[in-house]
Amino acid sequence: MENFSFLLQTSYKIRKSIIEMLAEAGSGHLGGSLGLADIFTCLYFSELKHNPNNPSWEERDRLILSIGHVAPVLYATLAYAGYFDTKELLSLRKINSRLQGHPGKDKGLPGIEISSGSLGQGLSIATGLALGLKSNQNPARVFCICGDGELQEGSIWEAAMAAAHYKLDNLICIVDRNGVQIDGTTSEVMEIEPLTLKWAAFGWYVSTTNGNNIADILNTFDETRNILSKPKVIIASTSMGKGVKSIENDYRWHGKAPSKEQALQFLKELEHGYLHY
Amino acid sequence: MATYTIKQIVPTRLGFSKGLHAVAKQYPQVVGIGSDITNSVGMDGIAAHFPDRFYSLGIAEQNAITVAAGLALTGKIPFVASYATFIVMRTLDQLRVSVCYNNLPVKIGGAHAGISVGPDGATHQALEDIAALRSLPNMIILSPADATQTEKAVWAAVEQTNNPVYIRYGREAMPDFTNEHEEFIIGKSKILTEGKDCVIYATGHLVWEALEAYEILKQQNIYCTVLNIYSIKPIDIPSIIQTAKICQCAVTAEEHQIMGGMGSAVVEVLATHYPIPTEMVGMNDCFGESGQPLELMRKYHMDRMAIVEAVKKAIQRK
Ligand SMILES: [Mg+2]
Repeated sequence: MENFSFLLQTSYKIRKSIIEMLAEAGSGHLGGSLGLADIFTCLYFSELKHNPNNPSWEERDRLILSIGHVAPVLYATLAYAGYFDTKELLSLRKINSRLQGHPGKDKGLPGIEISSGSLGQGLSIATGLALGLKSNQNPARVFCICGDGELQEGSIWEAAMAAAHYKLDNLICIVDRNGVQIDGTTSEVMEIEPLTLKWAAFGWYVSTTNGNNIADILNTFDETRNILSKPKVIIASTSMGKGVKSIENDYRWHGKAPSKEQALQFLKELEHGYLHY
Repeated sequence: MATYTIKQIVPTRLGFSKGLHAVAKQYPQVVGIGSDITNSVGMDGIAAHFPDRFYSLGIAEQNAITVAAGLALTGKIPFVASYATFIVMRTLDQLRVSVCYNNLPVKIGGAHAGISVGPDGATHQALEDIAALRSLPNMIILSPADATQTEKAVWAAVEQTNNPVYIRYGREAMPDFTNEHEEFIIGKSKILTEGKDCVIYATGHLVWEALEAYEILKQQNIYCTVLNIYSIKPIDIPSIIQTAKICQCAVTAEEHQIMGGMGSAVVEVLATHYPIPTEMVGMNDCFGESGQPLELMRKYHMDRMAIVEAVKKAIQRK
């Protein structure tokens, strides 16, 4: 389990950076970013075929972040994966920064596949990518990260229909099922269940996982890898704010950044959780 | 003797279909995306001849535009076409964020544009598409005057490797009159007639109407310059200024809302470089209705007689 402890340590470092970046920026989306740290760690340090020294390598697996507002988890992960210096993380959301509030490809940050931030578009981008890669006989896969609240956008289901129609088994959608969105729980705001049945009805291979458990996530990747002729969706249960006990599952932390004092407290909680894992 | 002669009467969408077939032959990376109305919007040019490079995505325009953006990321040059109303206005956020912000070479065919789509009525008459797209950074807007130019616009769109390009064309059979050997260059325009009394800046179907207006006015000893503004964004600033200086008054003419269309683009140039009295022919802040194309163009003052009147008004204001 040497790999496991390395991944655990990496996700800890990513979370730590997320808290520090957001405190420095004074704004941003803390809860969702923390909740996705384990999935991003497993993707960039285990599952994805990629090369930080050659971000435009043709055969790299592509990651499309449909929920652009959790950019901090993407930035921190890319930095620790070696795409750029971790020092740059503190420029998040500042003027002339390559780390835009939502990913901006035009700013030239290595590892960013697409500018995103308007919800409901990433799965269509991923579908187009997957179609194009297949047509080019490129073996690369496309991973698309969607939010659960985002599934309320109708265009997601247009893309879901098309991806199944074209049997895009090189496409994997990961749904961040944290059960909350800005206004409250997804079931209060707009019910999206039964989620598994919906995706299955659209022709997708559906898998569920504990998105805050590294072993579970890796197992699910293993399970879905060899499914053919269908796009795959992984419904990953996560806790918003995961790692900082006092804010876990509190939707009020969806779109908020900690003050510098709060950040110190959160970092302590985070370290405590990591040491007592 | 008319200055320009009609080679044939054909819809501009035939030029799109022909152009698309030709570019698909030359460029293997050109792919087509269908939104159900493949043949009527001219996508048959690729669908029929290159079925493995044509993706039918059904009646789902938002997905179609964004899938095109994804395909562009893999080196493809995707063409998407549908009714101009739906492929532009329904997908405006997708065009803004996924296509324009990422500056991807997605090529959009805005078919059945203008009031001349006729009997279908207001829902299907795109009269706001130019205004919607003009404000999007990186977007190039082409509005060819006839089928010959539409075919050339398709080539220009493909050869413009870096940007999204919108090509606006119509359904109704209209005079095909431009010279097939003429160049079609993004950011340029074409002087069709030369006169010193008034300059008419026209685009799309109204270029022919402007030429007809030129003939009518000539009988009354009024001589107009007619400029075919086939590239609305970028627009040919030097030619606009040069003709304005010669004529000292102007008319803009388009099958589109006056607000935000080609005329607005011209007036922006004039206001900042060389202000002259200008009259604007176009849809005047209202929706269309069912009717025959020419009846509608007459009723809503977007025909040759509307241009003639506007020219006289502009000259009086000199
Ligand atoms: Mg959520």
